[in-house]
Amino acid sequence: MSVLVDADTKVICQGFTGKQGTFHSEQCLAYGTKIVGGVTPGRAGQTHLDLPVFNTVRDAVDATGATATMIYVPAAFAADAILEAADGGIKTIACITEGIPVLDMLKIKAALTNHHPHVRLIGPNCPGIITPGACKIGIMPGKIHQPGKIGIISRSGTLTYEAVAQTTRNGLGQSTCIGIGGDPIHGMSFVDCLELFQQDPKTEGIVMVGEIGGTDEEIAAEYIKASVTKPVVAYIAGVTAPPGKRMGHAGAIISGGKGTAADKFAALEAAGVTLAHSPTDIGARILECFK
Amino acid sequence: MNIHEYQAKQLFANYGIPVPTGHPAWNAEEAKQHAQILGGDSWMVKAQVHAGGRGKAGGVKRATNLDEVMDISHRLIGTQLVTHQTGAGGQPIHCVLIENTTAIKNELYLSFVVDRASERIAVIASRAGGMDIEEVAAKTPEQIINCTIDPLVGISAYQCREIAFALGLDAKQRKQLTTILSGLYRLFQDKDLSLLEINPLIITDQGDLMALDAKINIDDNALYRHEELATLHDATQEDEKEHKARQFELNYIALDGDIACMVNGAGLAMATMDVVDRHGGKPANFLDVGGGTTADRVTEAFKIILSDSKVKAILVNIFGGIVRCDLIAEGVIHAIKETGTKIPIVVRLEGTHVDKGKALLQESGLSVIPADDLDEAAQKVVKLVKGE
Repeated sequence: MSVLVDADTKVICQGFTGKQGTFHSEQCLAYGTKIVGGVTPGRAGQTHLDLPVFNTVRDAVDATGATATMIYVPAAFAADAILEAADGGIKTIACITEGIPVLDMLKIKAALTNHHPHVRLIGPNCPGIITPGACKIGIMPGKIHQPGKIGIISRSGTLTYEAVAQTTRNGLGQSTCIGIGGDPIHGMSFVDCLELFQQDPKTEGIVMVGEIGGTDEEIAAEYIKASVTKPVVAYIAGVTAPPGKRMGHAGAIISGGKGTAADKFAALEAAGVTLAHSPTDIGARILECFK
Repeated sequence: MNIHEYQAKQLFANYGIPVPTGHPAWNAEEAKQHAQILGGDSWMVKAQVHAGGRGKAGGVKRATNLDEVMDISHRLIGTQLVTHQTGAGGQPIHCVLIENTTAIKNELYLSFVVDRASERIAVIASRAGGMDIEEVAAKTPEQIINCTIDPLVGISAYQCREIAFALGLDAKQRKQLTTILSGLYRLFQDKDLSLLEINPLIITDQGDLMALDAKINIDDNALYRHEELATLHDATQEDEKEHKARQFELNYIALDGDIACMVNGAGLAMATMDVVDRHGGKPANFLDVGGGTTADRVTEAFKIILSDSKVKAILVNIFGGIVRCDLIAEGVIHAIKETGTKIPIVVRLEGTHVDKGKALLQESGLSVIPADDLDEAAQKVVKLVKGE
């Protein structure tokens, strides 16, 4: 068991023949991900990385039975690619692309919620999703992972890698790691992921890596208090971030005094979550939960 | 991206939103000429800077004759305006907006924002105009009117009516507000705005609605499809280092401390600042060199960091995923040699090709201080700065 993706998940890549799509498809194939083809409009019939190329997602799904996709198309076309994936029958969409206009995401999210309530969108602006030893869909370095029992949810790429490296080093390993992305309007939330990890028998503990901006962490804290029985460790980045400044991620901004790291830490602590005040403590804190 | 009030008002006018007649001026003589052309017997002289709180800071003045227009403009242009939203240094005033004064009967508040929680555009309105809206929301939340717009439907007439009734408008004003809200929603959509604020939206002594102020923020991610808006960018309103960094696609934000940070990934860059702070140091900046960074970008990042005279030490924190640590190490070595800097540098490398990276740094003969994890790196750099 794992969350969302496993060794049998059939994956396609949108933006397959581009530079990013090619490089990361190679990496994912090397990791063992069952990539069954890719989509580049106008290049159907060709093969790329020894796999078939299709004009549309629908064609790719019909021919291969793929249920998951990873999107590397440029930001100007990425929102369209997400909707194409959902309309084409894909169930799990990981959108790696950074820089999608926020109003495009508002429309896409409304369309997904209305017409595809069961489709899972991961990202955009995220590293993707990985079930170690089984399926890597995204840009994360595969070899720092180790199959195990910790579910990791994160808004930040490199901070996820910190949490992964530490849980690999202390022997706990990871069940599945989901990068939910750094954009203000995104797909799966902390709560969506917590729900899956709570239900997943292989996941015994959960690490949450949040950051300033929005109220996703506060909402997650309420959910944890009400519905999560597994130990949760949380780290929030941005204690020293000045208000009103966008800290790299489009969604990482304290606006109107809301979305501070202090508020998020406080809400999580009140919900009984174990806090890591430094990213280097994440591994130690979650290990303590099992002693 | 922020734009100036006079630019925002031009956009408003294009969308049928009533604004005072006015004109920007870049010197006192020009200001006087515009006032003369506008006519009337009193004018507002408004400093054009990218910051709120201009009125309280003395950046908005009323003039009752042409000499006064010149005098106020002369005193404002070329100075720095310090408001509660700017840093201690303030923002430079290069331009003033000259407008006819308008008799105000009542002040309202109106804004459009991207609301993350509802994943919709939200309209926020209030009878408490002309005040800091965050303060109004905190002290008298019942005075805030909030309405979210379904992106698949757009703003509805009933929503405009609801807001108008809640604002206590009369029949004529309700009709005007519907036109204004519809126009603003179109503007928000057409130009990919992330924020639009009118504070105050006034009722004139004639009982008509008018946007006395205008603040617009444009989604940077959408600028590629708005060439006409990109030209409105005023680099003088930005920190010089932040402006330079943007040209190299580096995410840099200047802070007040003396420990410069160079990190890959936005989350890790924030975390690095936080850990420096936890160990008693003060970060000089936020800097994310990005996932696909190259030796050249590392060198440019170093140059930007070093152009900040407050910096006493540098902390490099890299978790190599896609980025290889040996490439980063080469970049750091190249940057140190090219800039000839004598500032102490602590480097923490982790991830892909970490051993190669560490070896390169050691063999370089440069006095780079290695660290194995972020806590250790932060401790070392803080000690260096404190001279311990």
